Amino acid sequence: MTTTTTSQRPLALRLALGALTWAGLYALNEMLWDALFVSWLGLDLTDRWAGAAHFFLYDVTKILLLLAGMIFAIGMLRTTLRPERVRAFLEDKPLAVALLLAALLGAVTPFCSCSSIPLFIGFVGAGIPLAVTLTFLIASPLVNEVAVVLLADTFGLANTIAYVAAGLTAAVTIGAILSRFRLDRWVEPFVFQTAVGRLQSAGTRPTLRDRVDAAKEETADIFGRVWKWVLLGVGIGAVIHGWVPTEFFAQYAGPGNPFAVIVATLAGIPLYANAAGVIPIAEALWTKGMALGTVMSFMMATVALSLPEAILLKQVLKPRLLAIFFGSVAAAIVLIGLTFNAFA
Amino acid sequence: MNIKILGSGCKNCVALERNTREALAAMDLAAEVTKVTDYPTIASYGIMKTPGLVVDEQVIVSGRVPKPAEIKELLTALA
Repeated sequence: MTTTTTSQRPLALRLALGALTWAGLYALNEMLWDALFVSWLGLDLTDRWAGAAHFFLYDVTKILLLLAGMIFAIGMLRTTLRPERVRAFLEDKPLAVALLLAALLGAVTPFCSCSSIPLFIGFVGAGIPLAVTLTFLIASPLVNEVAVVLLADTFGLANTIAYVAAGLTAAVTIGAILSRFRLDRWVEPFVFQTAVGRLQSAGTRPTLRDRVDAAKEETADIFGRVWKWVLLGVGIGAVIHGWVPTEFFAQYAGPGNPFAVIVATLAGIPLYANAAGVIPIAEALWTKGMALGTVMSFMMATVALSLPEAILLKQVLKPRLLAIFFGSVAAAIVLIGLTFNAFA
Repeated sequence: MNIKILGSGCKNCVALERNTREALAAMDLAAEVTKVTDYPTIASYGIMKTPGLVVDEQVIVSGRVPKPAEIKELLTALA
């Protein structure tokens, strides 16, 4: 007992130091770039190029810091939440409860689209209803910690809560509607024929060391995947900030234009990025006058509807079900955009 | 010893195979390493998050890429 506490104390201390360093860097970020640009280089931030470069460096630093900190902190909390556990939660629940749980668990489970096929087979092959599995697959990319943290930072808390609520509602509603139809026949038959194995889990409580190690691994994994999207997204955002005329989008994509919501949703489909890449672009569109609902639709379509995801899912879903799945998610996203524009 | 790397060829699966081979080389252990890429077989091991490391038909690690040192420890425990 004493050995574990003494070996964990320096670790806790290191964690606290790390958290302090992180908070310090985050607080100093704007000041440092301001000092570099204005005091040391003598640049004028109202100049287009200087302003865009300043925005790019400041925003990339801020987003990467936010991501690293949040993924690590959340990674420590959810060490035990693996797809196997999620499946166990969903088994033998009444449909309504299972749908609700699937949306919530989809939101908090770490997930990469490269795992969507084994996850799909693992769920459906083990007897989880198809509709519940699809709800999980909708909620997972749409609502996650990366999206929530960045949204809260750029769009404010109220808009973030609205986004999360809309995303979860869409996932549950689509699942509920799809569960009324006999869709199993449009799943590739091998999914049902697969003898899905069960992993035994060692029922031990993870120690602080285990949690830190798992969080480190997860941060490295997600960060390694996401950083280039952040650079790209902020880069595009910086160009929009600097070169697109103010109120440009207000003219063409203001709240009074329902057609813009459809265009924004369609535009998001071929764009494949995760929340970290698309939110800086969305922020730039928003500041140039695009209506909030239209921006939301664009964001949601980019993260939830993607061609690579469709190509992956094609291995387990027959074209008809794939079309129904993508069509209903797209329709829900358009509906969310229209609703936001009408009430926001 | 019969080792299988489960995964459809994403970056993590390549990394897992490399780390496993590194661990084997360091241990001077002769083992057959095969890659399993088809989803039904992957699912039959109960894995829902790739990659997976299977030793003599037992899933040792899934959903993450352990470092060579950790694989070495795991293999030593089984050998």
